[in-house]
Amino acid sequence: MSTTLANVDTDGTPSGSSTPLLEIRDLSVAYQGRGLARRRIPVLHGVSLDIRPGETVGLVGESGSGKSTLGRAVLGLAPVTGGGIEFDGEDIAHASAARRRELAADIQVVFQDPYSSLSPTLSIGDTLSEPLRARGVTRRDAEARIAELLDLVHLPKDAVRRLPREFSGGQRQRVAIARALALEPRLIVCDEPVSALDLTTQARVLELFLEVQNRTDVAYLFISHDLSVVRHMSHRVSVLYRGEIVESGDGASVTSAPEHPYTQRLLLAAPVADPAVQAQRREALARARATETSGNQAPAKGTTR
Amino acid sequence: MTTAPDTLAVRVRRGRQQRSLAHRILRSPLGAASLIYLAAVTLIAIVGPVLVPYDPMTASLQDVFAPPSPEHLLGADSAGRDVLSRLVVATSFSLLGALITVVVAAGVGIPAGLIAGYRGGWFDSLSTWIAGLLLSLPAIVVLLAARAVVGPSLWLVMGIFGVLVSPSYFRVVSSAVQAVRAELYIDAAKVAGLGDARIIGRHILSVVRAPAILMTSGIFAVGIAIQASLDFLGLGDPTMPTWGSMLSEGFRNIYRDPTLLLWPSIAIALTCVAFTLFGTSIRDELERTGDRGRARSAAPWAAPATRPAAPERHDSGHAETDPVLTVSELSVAYDDGESGWTTVVDGVSLNIAKGEIHALIGESGSGKTQTAWSILGLLPQGGSVVAGSIKFHGDELRGLDPHRLSQLRGRHIGYVPQEPLSNLDPSFTIGQQLTEPLRVVLGMNRAAARDRALQLLERVGIVDPQRTYDSYPHLISGGMAQRVLIAGAVACEPDLIIADEPTTALDVTVQAEILDLLRELQSEAGVAMLLVTHNFGVVADLADRISVMRNGSIVETGPTAELFDSPRHDYTKSLFDALLDDAPARGAWTPREVRA
Repeated sequence: MSTTLANVDTDGTPSGSSTPLLEIRDLSVAYQGRGLARRRIPVLHGVSLDIRPGETVGLVGESGSGKSTLGRAVLGLAPVTGGGIEFDGEDIAHASAARRRELAADIQVVFQDPYSSLSPTLSIGDTLSEPLRARGVTRRDAEARIAELLDLVHLPKDAVRRLPREFSGGQRQRVAIARALALEPRLIVCDEPVSALDLTTQARVLELFLEVQNRTDVAYLFISHDLSVVRHMSHRVSVLYRGEIVESGDGASVTSAPEHPYTQRLLLAAPVADPAVQAQRREALARARATETSGNQAPAKGTTR
Repeated sequence: MTTAPDTLAVRVRRGRQQRSLAHRILRSPLGAASLIYLAAVTLIAIVGPVLVPYDPMTASLQDVFAPPSPEHLLGADSAGRDVLSRLVVATSFSLLGALITVVVAAGVGIPAGLIAGYRGGWFDSLSTWIAGLLLSLPAIVVLLAARAVVGPSLWLVMGIFGVLVSPSYFRVVSSAVQAVRAELYIDAAKVAGLGDARIIGRHILSVVRAPAILMTSGIFAVGIAIQASLDFLGLGDPTMPTWGSMLSEGFRNIYRDPTLLLWPSIAIALTCVAFTLFGTSIRDELERTGDRGRARSAAPWAAPATRPAAPERHDSGHAETDPVLTVSELSVAYDDGESGWTTVVDGVSLNIAKGEIHALIGESGSGKTQTAWSILGLLPQGGSVVAGSIKFHGDELRGLDPHRLSQLRGRHIGYVPQEPLSNLDPSFTIGQQLTEPLRVVLGMNRAAARDRALQLLERVGIVDPQRTYDSYPHLISGGMAQRVLIAGAVACEPDLIIADEPTTALDVTVQAEILDLLRELQSEAGVAMLLVTHNFGVVADLADRISVMRNGSIVETGPTAELFDSPRHDYTKSLFDALLDDAPARGAWTPREVRA
């Protein structure tokens, strides 16, 4: 892929190695409504975000915030109505179907639900060979690559012939990660990849994500509703609320000492596993709610650090 | 991996089901009989016309109405034509006619259904409209009209009939495709760079296969019946022997030789029945319906060889004087028929005092929800309490008759489920669903129940109770629905609430509000609660006591503060270790060159 377009650093990001791999500018997405009137239902309003190579950017929000839609827009699965998505200098917001199929080599996905993200009738080997075969890799090379991938995600070699239903949720998510890695992408959109998993399985899968990133230098757009997961995974974090980014900055400060009232509320609302601390947080949350309802409206403008 | 034994068990069970479909059909008596019959008929249709002793169309005056004899095994008809030869040749024409119908119907209906289901949009709207139009046409009248226009051509008429029945395929296929179109693995395939044709071929056709095979066997039967009726009415091609034309001929001579009617009737009836039974047995095998699920194992439940170790107790002296709920040595097992029993809960004991919130925490498959369901007496089919006792205020619930148990559930034990929206009936308003139990269980009149329901809605923090009361469930959010269900659970002022993952489906900010609500209700009314959850934060927020479950047994139990301070069991410790609450943040990003 050529980077003939000049890297215009409008926000003062240093150029060179930290040139964004993915750059989302003022992105708006609206879904077509149903019925005669067919009104468009806006989901994202002017969202901007960038990810550098090998970086993890966490995207936090609650249901309906549009966080999954943002991921789907990057993948070409959601209708972009305004703004742009640049990948490696190329505008991919309105890429043709053919170009999209080529982009599969660079941008991949791991979905939330490990049960519906694998085709139930295809064996693990068939699922993994799919992206490879679609790009004309020979059967022999594909088999070798699949063995490598299974090794990378710590699954046994004989998994190739088995069906998804023979695996637990955590193992299926490993298969999904292997599929995403098959073409050695530079960016993986992780859409709530661990929220359907048990606590101990979640820890192991997150570990795997970090390990893969260290080895391959892949960048993650890590979407989750769980601040503690995002905090653990992300270099930088953006908080999405009703289709707008209300706060973004480096992971530690956004997830530990947030400035925007919504992020503060989000942080306080998540119960922590310590009865004494949780009792304090409960009171803090009650206070925060009290001040908010006493007329102090949330600032509309997002804070960026 | 801790899940290894489970996966192994699943694999063994699945392995048995994975035998080929043909093999399984042959094992069922009806399937085997119909398959053998259909194979024989097909063979006759293919090789029969070559082997028959007489030309089916050659009349012979000396053989008119000849009785069965060595020359004419089934006799001869009114024109002296050999009945056996005609029957055999008719078999191939009749089957071929039905085959044309099936091929045309499948050829039109399946591709249209695939495209409409996968792409949606204008093609879907248009083709659904056309399908509706075709289905509303009276087939036999259209066929009569077509016959009048195109003349007596079996092939054309059966082809037109194929178009008329193609909506059956279309509907089955498009709805099957629509059901999987939104599945994530289709999106994953798109992201993997697969074209539409490849996605349909690899991921979607396999979903359509089963219903399409089923439909085919039904349409074959209909095709044979329709063709027989057209020929019976004398509208077929007179130069072709078919079962219908033989039937017609036999009917005209019913008083001279009733057997002429007998043979084609048997052929038509048997073939239609065989196709229908074949379809049914395929469906049974594909969907695994039928009796096999209900088979009972011969042996009674026996405790598994490995007994669970006694749980780590943080306060050995904890004995309730008057517990609301006492569960002791509870075991729950599912009867899997021939493969015996699967024990999902084993030797679970717990006490809940008045006004106490007892959390049951564990990962998926730990048996926490099964324990809750067994207390409610709501175990799914096949599951039962096989050992131990469940006492509510000292009264044994196990083995209680269902009527008494359902009274208890309504009046004294409340239930808050995991998925709030799927636990509200979409066809009734919130008000109707809240007042019904009040009127049935408490015997309130309409007005009193209404007032009480509005009070309850206000109590659970709903801002505009009247509006919510009049709303249908689809108009309210998940958090609101959970408030409504909590209102329903506390409506009859129960002594015990069983809350099964009450906040799992909710956003954290909504979860915090629901947890506050549950806490208030507990401190206000002194209701005891069994809280089933997988979230340690929720437990820390709400529970007085905790029991940690793994593989169907409690491994550690005690007051919340003590258990959080000093977990003793290795499993509990590993759960605490997996928590990310105190994990450090990732830190700042550095370019690869700098890292290297």
